[in-house]
Amino acid sequence: MTDVIAGAVPAAKSLIEPDARTRARNAAERRFRMMGIAAILIGLLALVTLLASVLGNGLSAFRQTYIEMAIPLDAAVLDKAGDRDPEKLAKVTTLGYGKLIEASLEQMLADRGVDTKGQTAKQLMGLLSKEAASDLRQMVLAKPDLIGTTVTFPALANGRVDGFFKGRVTMESAARDSNISPEQLEVAVLMKEAGVIKTSVNWAFLTNPDASELRPESAGLGVAILGSAYMMVIVLVLSLPIGVAASIYLEELAPKNRWTDIIEINIANLAAVPSIVFGILALALFINFLGLPQSAPVVGGLVLTLMTLPTIIIATRASLKAVPPSIRDAALGVGASKMQSIFHHVLPLAMPGILTGTILGLARALGESAPLLLIGMVAFVKDYPSSPPEGFFDPASALPVQVYSWTQRADPAFAERASGAIIVLLVFLMTMNALAIVLRRRFERRW
Amino acid sequence: MNDMRLTERAVTEKAKMSARKVQVYYGSNHALKDVDVDILDKTVTAFIGPSGCGKSTFLRCLNRMNDTVASARVEGKIEMDGHDIYDTRVDPVQLRAKVGMVFQKPNPFPKSIYDNVAYGPKIHGLTRSKAELDEVVETSLRKAALWNEVKDRLNAPGTGLSGGQQQRLCIARAVATGPEVLLMDEPCSALDPIATAQVEELIDELRSQFSVVIVTHSMQQAARVSQRTAFFHLGYLVEYGETGTIFTNPSDPRTESYITGRIG
Ligand SMILES: Nc1ncnc2c1ncn2[C@@H]1O[C@H](COP(=O)(O)OP(=O)(O)O)[C@@H](O)[C@H]1O
Ligand SMILES: [Mg+2]
Repeated sequence: MTDVIAGAVPAAKSLIEPDARTRARNAAERRFRMMGIAAILIGLLALVTLLASVLGNGLSAFRQTYIEMAIPLDAAVLDKAGDRDPEKLAKVTTLGYGKLIEASLEQMLADRGVDTKGQTAKQLMGLLSKEAASDLRQMVLAKPDLIGTTVTFPALANGRVDGFFKGRVTMESAARDSNISPEQLEVAVLMKEAGVIKTSVNWAFLTNPDASELRPESAGLGVAILGSAYMMVIVLVLSLPIGVAASIYLEELAPKNRWTDIIEINIANLAAVPSIVFGILALALFINFLGLPQSAPVVGGLVLTLMTLPTIIIATRASLKAVPPSIRDAALGVGASKMQSIFHHVLPLAMPGILTGTILGLARALGESAPLLLIGMVAFVKDYPSSPPEGFFDPASALPVQVYSWTQRADPAFAERASGAIIVLLVFLMTMNALAIVLRRRFERRW
Repeated sequence: MNDMRLTERAVTEKAKMSARKVQVYYGSNHALKDVDVDILDKTVTAFIGPSGCGKSTFLRCLNRMNDTVASARVEGKIEMDGHDIYDTRVDPVQLRAKVGMVFQKPNPFPKSIYDNVAYGPKIHGLTRSKAELDEVVETSLRKAALWNEVKDRLNAPGTGLSGGQQQRLCIARAVATGPEVLLMDEPCSALDPIATAQVEELIDELRSQFSVVIVTHSMQQAARVSQRTAFFHLGYLVEYGETGTIFTNPSDPRTESYITGRIG
């Protein structure tokens, strides 16, 4: 053996000392390896930067500053008739509740001995969100029994005060700000020391509807999450059966001829069509022609279904193709019909691939914003859509579009909310991807 | 050995399936020309010939598996017990329960051993209770000489068996629907010599219950297991007769060339 090698290698070359060619080849390999590692590092760096920026900006959206106070719900103000009639109760506007809050705030500050630095009652009320009165009103209307008692009410702090405790707003910026003054912030600091101002987890960010330009502190993702969920339900219910049926037909039943070739090419093309084009189609077809409502999850769901279908069809066909033909032969050989061979054997084996494709398609649809902008889902929606199926036709927002519309607003508090919304979106996407992986593993083991 | 075959052959002369003037086209490719064969009942018939000569094609005509090939077109007449199996009223699904098939590569379903064997009886509604089904599974596995090896792990995946065991599982699966003819397309080509010997032994046992048609590229195998041999060449059935005669005294020069190794 050694003799053979020694004979094959020219005598002058040693096995220990690499020759020039070998060195050059090894160097090339090392260079390629380095380039690969560098490429991966660049990718990782981009990912880390993205995550750091999003988390750095957005995590604070999940915490919120509240001013906690005890409010005596005076029956004489809120329910003059004294019969707790909801219609009469609703006649008391936020103005009335605002006065209650103002009185309680002054009372509390006096009780706790907080130095108000000569701020007027109006200026002190400026520390609170404009939404506070309406929140209190909602609370009372939802539970009229509270009238006559004294409730502990965590009033939302104004976005600037919230921003001050999160480091976004400084005394210098407050000096230039017409919405807040440094003196007000000084009072806020004293209130914080007195334990009146608290920071706690902001569940309202996940449940509240969007809020107007002046009330960033009360803006939430509730409507957007509902809208996105409704659309995903529509996409799943429509695109999975349609996509799987189309794939089974094309892959297992259709004759292979020019027509099916053309269909195949066009499905591949459809997957590459820019999403905004689907938006234009939806605008023309669903809204202008069929007269479906604008901003409605049903239209969003339909357009996202159109977008997701090619993805699901391609994934399903690939998984059907991957099932060995011998399995089909085996089933047909014992006398199974074509349908039985497909539904008993081929489809179950293809299922992990189909599910993975579907979930990835859904994830893509969840993050899609362009076509939704065109069908009016970017509108400001403050009312929750009702429960399905009617809710599918109510105006709603969607997560990626909510991100977009918040980034369009002037108040920097909305930038924080937008990043927070991105975090929520990313969590949903990662959950879906994880689910795809888990499902695939689970199914693959089940023989 | 051949003499023994001659005596055995005398008992069974009844044709189970008969083919007359069978032509098969794949698109414009005329793959099988004018094939006339009588498959005898309770007999092992071997199809031999160089590859691409149409052995598998003809075998697949016998259970209409060619229906699943879009480009294939079958002409001529193939009868089973006097009934035309290509009659429009015949459902190929029922035909395939009566004419079972074992493929070249073992292809158990990726399910349990039990489910593999039970699948045919289940879809054809051959059993009425779980106990009956259990019994069919057991007898089929016994007929396939696999019962003793797998009786303790019927719920283990069929794909986890060795190649030879998988092929016997496929035979058990085909046997479970109670076929009258069993078609085997090179059933041993993916098996080692020991597994091959087991399957060959099995084929000889199965002959007592139904006709077996086996495609093989091994002439020794044809000589060992079959009583009748058909030699195909370029789409023609060149010669068909008793295995002994074909191997010792072929009447066609092409058969002789093939057997002596000059075509192949
Ligand atoms: N599915 C098919 N489609 C088209 N042609 C086929 C197909 N199967 C077999 N053929 C052709 O038919 C001829 C006979 O093939 P086959 O029956 O598989 O031969 P064998 O089994 O004897 O090796 C060959 O020329 C082959 O190319
Ligand atoms: Mg073949």
